[in-house]
Amino acid sequence: MHPILKLVAQRLALGLLLLWAVSLLIFFGVEALPGDAAQAMLGQSATPVALANLREQMGLNDPLVGRYLHWLGGFLTGDLGKAMTNGQDIAKSIGQRLGNTMFLAFWAAIISVPLAITLGLLAARYNGRWPDRLISGVTLATISLPEFVAGYLVLYVLAVKLHLFPSMAMIFPGMGVFERLHAIILPVIVLVMVVLAHMMRMTRAAILNVMQSAYIETAELKGLGPLAVIWRHAFPNAIAPVVNVVMLNLAYLVVGVVVVEVVFVYPGMGQFLVDHVTKRDLPVVQACGMIFAAVYIVLNILADVISILANPRLRHPK
Amino acid sequence: MSSELNHLLKQAVAGRMNRRDFVGRAGALGVSAAVAGTMLTTAARADEPVKGGLLRAGMQGGESTNTLDPALAASEVPYVVSMTYGDMLVDVSPSNEIDYRVAEEISSSPDAKVWKFKIRQGVEFHNGKTLTIDDVVATLKRHTDEKSQSGALGIVKGITEIKGEGDMLTLTLADANADLPFLMADYHLVMQPGGGVDSPADGIGSGAYKVTSFEPGVRIAFEKHANYWDSSVGHADQVEIIVINDNTARTAALQSGQINMMNRVDPKIISLLNGAPGLSVQSAAGRGHYVFIMECTKAPFDNNDLRMAMKLAINRKEMVDKILGGYGSVGNDFPINSAYPFFDETIPQREYDAAAAAEFYKKSGHDGSPIILQVAEGAFPGAVEAAQLFQQSANAAGIPLEIKREPDDGYWTNVWNVAPFCASYWGGRPVQDQMYSTAYLSTADWNDTKFIDPKFDATLIAARGELDPVKRKAMYSELANNVRDNGGLILPMFNDFVEIVADSLGGWLQDPNGELMNGKALVKCWLKA
Repeated sequence: MHPILKLVAQRLALGLLLLWAVSLLIFFGVEALPGDAAQAMLGQSATPVALANLREQMGLNDPLVGRYLHWLGGFLTGDLGKAMTNGQDIAKSIGQRLGNTMFLAFWAAIISVPLAITLGLLAARYNGRWPDRLISGVTLATISLPEFVAGYLVLYVLAVKLHLFPSMAMIFPGMGVFERLHAIILPVIVLVMVVLAHMMRMTRAAILNVMQSAYIETAELKGLGPLAVIWRHAFPNAIAPVVNVVMLNLAYLVVGVVVVEVVFVYPGMGQFLVDHVTKRDLPVVQACGMIFAAVYIVLNILADVISILANPRLRHPK
Repeated sequence: MSSELNHLLKQAVAGRMNRRDFVGRAGALGVSAAVAGTMLTTAARADEPVKGGLLRAGMQGGESTNTLDPALAASEVPYVVSMTYGDMLVDVSPSNEIDYRVAEEISSSPDAKVWKFKIRQGVEFHNGKTLTIDDVVATLKRHTDEKSQSGALGIVKGITEIKGEGDMLTLTLADANADLPFLMADYHLVMQPGGGVDSPADGIGSGAYKVTSFEPGVRIAFEKHANYWDSSVGHADQVEIIVINDNTARTAALQSGQINMMNRVDPKIISLLNGAPGLSVQSAAGRGHYVFIMECTKAPFDNNDLRMAMKLAINRKEMVDKILGGYGSVGNDFPINSAYPFFDETIPQREYDAAAAAEFYKKSGHDGSPIILQVAEGAFPGAVEAAQLFQQSANAAGIPLEIKREPDDGYWTNVWNVAPFCASYWGGRPVQDQMYSTAYLSTADWNDTKFIDPKFDATLIAARGELDPVKRKAMYSELANNVRDNGGLILPMFNDFVEIVADSLGGWLQDPNGELMNGKALVKCWLKA
């Protein structure tokens, strides 16, 4: 077998093992929280009779391990079950939310990744001069703002004062693609602000590192222009660290944007997960946890594979 | 037109100022009486309902875990959803009268034990079926079932027999209850086809709007039910509830014109919004209140002198000003205010009195060990700050009050109704009996102050069946005084419902029964042309 296929197979197997461990952690972690789903749902209006009835109906009286195995059995056969709190089909409701999250992450990534890498290349090219200072200064400023401050700032200026874009990124079934794009402009702007600096700085640092090498000097001596040197000789050798950072940021765009979702009323996975953790709705929390963990694992495998493909020494090991 | 004149006109049209006052104050701005009168008439005519359009409410209090089953509605969004797609037998009007919905006539036996409700003919469910007496009986039976988790179980469990004949519903009660029609207005008791036994969460009701899209915690969309029997409501073609739990996002949505009304305005920002163009802050004095509860059966609160010392050591006025931003009224240590029928306004207001508090504290013989008040941010908005104010005023009276902060998570399970002294809130109930029966009757599940007094119980039950209003008022006055002077309840403030509506919204009324015009804002309001 080709060494890369072998590696991918190994990593996938490890990933499955990891997923299983995550499912254990989430299940028993949520169980360890004070209170159960019945109490969380009834809140202040809980009476002993109502609590007992609800526990019975939700199956909370069954032994813990049995419930875990039952869930695992369902999960392995592709049945995520129904939410304990409102009886909705989990696969269906998550599917919609996940689609929304992916939609937002996709557009934020499509804009931020090329932009960050281009800015990083430019900053490296003009290292220490004003374009570098300007790019670094601006992106560091945007990453230093907490997401909610950036969110409120954008909201206030572009939606409340200038009425340019809708303040709420409401998207719902039946909306056309352009309507959706118009709705998500503000959260995309904020997400780009948040992830830009990290990727840009890494690109710049990796390229500057490579620029110290002897072969760069050779390239310069044979008469190549500075941008051509960076593009043809420095960048290919800087891909590995950049890809790793890009993947980390992509993972963040999928699993870590709950604050932005709340500020812009975007119906993504983050708020969905928080609501269900609050109500101790285990099957839903499990399903969300599995998806988030899988996203991390897959993106990390992808980062490793790309790093190897980009490096001839790793691609053809002796 | 000057902005001041415009403001006066708005006040007059909304009924907060009578015609004479308006003409007088317009005169002060240099407008002649005749012109002012014409202006008012024109403005009032402009307030005729306008049909059509899409009306949107942005609301706090919705979660992805919500369901359409009206029996399980527990937070604000499910409540407004139920009130928009569903009808109960009756509603309670803003002036505390019975507003007939599915029932069109009510009568009772002289002892208030047997009640008859005549069911309206020609009411149609959203699935096209006609509402029958069997649907009404099945609905009420579902909520009285001990196995159901209905939030209305406590309200309907006193009903021993539910019977339907022809178009007449007969309810027989275990004990007399003169307030029964008010209890039938509870928002859980939405009429459903077949009582909702088979599919409680299908969202089929008989209200003015039918559910077209239900995305819990995100957006609930409705369209007008074309065959609704009452043409005086249901003006917009479509209405929507958008769940916006973040305060700033909700306000921004209103300011940028994406929603027409919002609930739950943070008192801290009201002063900033009062001058903002295109919207107005609306407040309605409700029955909800914020409380500190002492369990009368646990040391050191088993001593009434100590309880009295605590009650005298709280500065109610300061709390209304600082915690509610002035949007509320002071409490008097019993859970009733002027929004209730039979309220006795002659009961003297308890004031902050450090000297008297110190005296009662000394008399109680408390050993000087710290008195712990357990509080969480989620007990009520501003609970921690309120506890800190309480601590300062109590310490000034020499009472060693200390605050212990608790996490929001699990507060209602682990602290409330468990700890001897903690912060909490009550949403209020439509009638006095229900409020007292829910939380002050010795045997009540939610008797969170552990107030046990057989005489109180006896008077409460007697008042429930008393049809003579004068006697009834005297009885409720006795109950109020008893809780005020002997109970474990410290009630610093009644909170107003504070909401913001856009100027594009017509038909807004103040309603003490609940948020967003008792949940009926989407049904009763309209978009101005």
